[in-house]
Amino acid sequence: MDYSQFLAMKQEIALLVVFLIVFLYDTFAPKKCLNALSGITTLLFGAVTVYGFTLCGDASVASFAGMYETTPVITCIKNILNVGVLIILIQATKWNNSEAQTVRRGEFYELLLVTLFGMYLMISARHFLLFIIGLESASLPLAAMVAFEKNKYESHEAAIKYMLTAVFSSAILMMGLSFIYLFSGTLYFSGIAAAVATEGVSALLVVALAFVIAGVGFKLSLVPFHLWTADVYQGAPTSVTSYLSVISKGSAAFAFMVILAQCFGTAYSAVWEWMLYGLIILTITVGNLFALRQDNMKRFLAFSSISQAGYIMLGIVGNNAMGAAALMFYILVYIFSNLAAFGVIQAIENNTGKLNMSDYKGLYKSNPHLSFAMMLAMFSLAGIPPFAGFFSKFFIFTGALNGTTSTALYVLVLIALINTIISLYYYLKVVKAMFLSQDEPVIAPFKSDLSERIGMWVTVGGVLALGIVSFFYNNILTLCNQYFA
Amino acid sequence: MEIKLLCYLIPSLVMFCCGVYGFLTRKNMIAMLISLELMLNAVDINFAVINRYLFPGSLEGMFFTLFAIAIAAAETALAIAIIINLYRVTKNVNVKDVNKLKG
Repeated sequence: MDYSQFLAMKQEIALLVVFLIVFLYDTFAPKKCLNALSGITTLLFGAVTVYGFTLCGDASVASFAGMYETTPVITCIKNILNVGVLIILIQATKWNNSEAQTVRRGEFYELLLVTLFGMYLMISARHFLLFIIGLESASLPLAAMVAFEKNKYESHEAAIKYMLTAVFSSAILMMGLSFIYLFSGTLYFSGIAAAVATEGVSALLVVALAFVIAGVGFKLSLVPFHLWTADVYQGAPTSVTSYLSVISKGSAAFAFMVILAQCFGTAYSAVWEWMLYGLIILTITVGNLFALRQDNMKRFLAFSSISQAGYIMLGIVGNNAMGAAALMFYILVYIFSNLAAFGVIQAIENNTGKLNMSDYKGLYKSNPHLSFAMMLAMFSLAGIPPFAGFFSKFFIFTGALNGTTSTALYVLVLIALINTIISLYYYLKVVKAMFLSQDEPVIAPFKSDLSERIGMWVTVGGVLALGIVSFFYNNILTLCNQYFA
Repeated sequence: MEIKLLCYLIPSLVMFCCGVYGFLTRKNMIAMLISLELMLNAVDINFAVINRYLFPGSLEGMFFTLFAIAIAAAETALAIAIIINLYRVTKNVNVKDVNKLKG
């Protein structure tokens, strides 16, 4: 065996080195040095992120007999995820240094790095065996992270719900893979694509694809498979919820697009185009309608993230390079705007323990900076023009419609547009509670600490910069045009 | 006498459907976990048999089975750990008592 193949996995190796350092430090460092752990992890992970950006220009490499591949597009999506994880690490610092958390602090960082490693594998995989291993090493440690607050009942309930649905969905996914194996005789993405092209569409392929889409749909919480989302988001610790909602969802969406485009690209119009239409309409509409009646902020953002997942899927429907670029840009924008919202929620929860929308009444009078950050996040999630969310939605609609003549696709985008207006109502409900309510503020003024403020500045800056500066989207589009055709 | 491929695929499909049915109807979390194991084992049978009968030239299906068994073991270990933690709080493992999160 040629061991130099491992050198193709530069980002994975960098992440593994950080994981080992954190693990050894957590195990062997003297007790009084352990408070530095969060700072050390954040710094080391920052180094990994910077290192990832230096790899952007590298050529595509395939190794392990074509099982693993890295291209500039893949490096780019990994960098986007890295930035998100870095923000989450900064935002989680205060929670991790709280008294109840000190015993388990190291485990949080270790499990988080392992799940990220799994997501890397999932994104880079070009063979379904490696894909499944990546998917499982991403979702199993996440269940442990959801169960993190050991003395809180809600955390355990959320964990068991997440665990059972995760195993159920991967069993369905693997059943679908066994049908695909029956159909094509190989599990390589390229081999499956060749089999689909030569043998054409059969009933077996349709059944297999339905199983695969259902299996991945659970991970992405698309609508008939979304029932776990709200409970898990509410019960999990807020740092873990933000990780679940942006990083886990973003990586799964990208991997889903790669699978559909690379393996089943030729069966596009015959099979999975219609399945996705149905899923998207259901996901966006049901997510929006349920978000209308939530009071708990974490549940509210859970339903909002369900409907956002529907918009992300619109980037897949186009099945072209522009759609792929729009999907990656949407994930980037979604990371910044959702983390801005979660940063505010976390700061308020850490300092006052309040989590309900009714507690946010009159927040502007007591904490103007926090309510301003929350307002920007809500505007960006709803898609109001100067902010990033408007452009990500604009590009995803353009990508879906690019070069199409199909009426159904226009109807789909029209339904998505109408839903954008519905979503405006519930996002603005939060803004109204904070700014327009005449009641006395429930939350007393407090001062956030340094890590919370850094997280807030970075996310708010990102929401503004991604909307105003066209550099990011242009670069992603150039990359996708080169490598996705 | 050679046993036909279908004689393996149909029992595995029945096993899978039993697993889905059990997962959706059982009220006890351990029983739900057993149903999940049934589903995963049906997948293992499928892969091994398809490889043996249709594509004996390579071992892709067998290797997938090996990894799937390892993954299933890891999943069970973690799920049992979480159920035990939950049992310490609620003193039983019925799903109908684990429904405090809603809105």
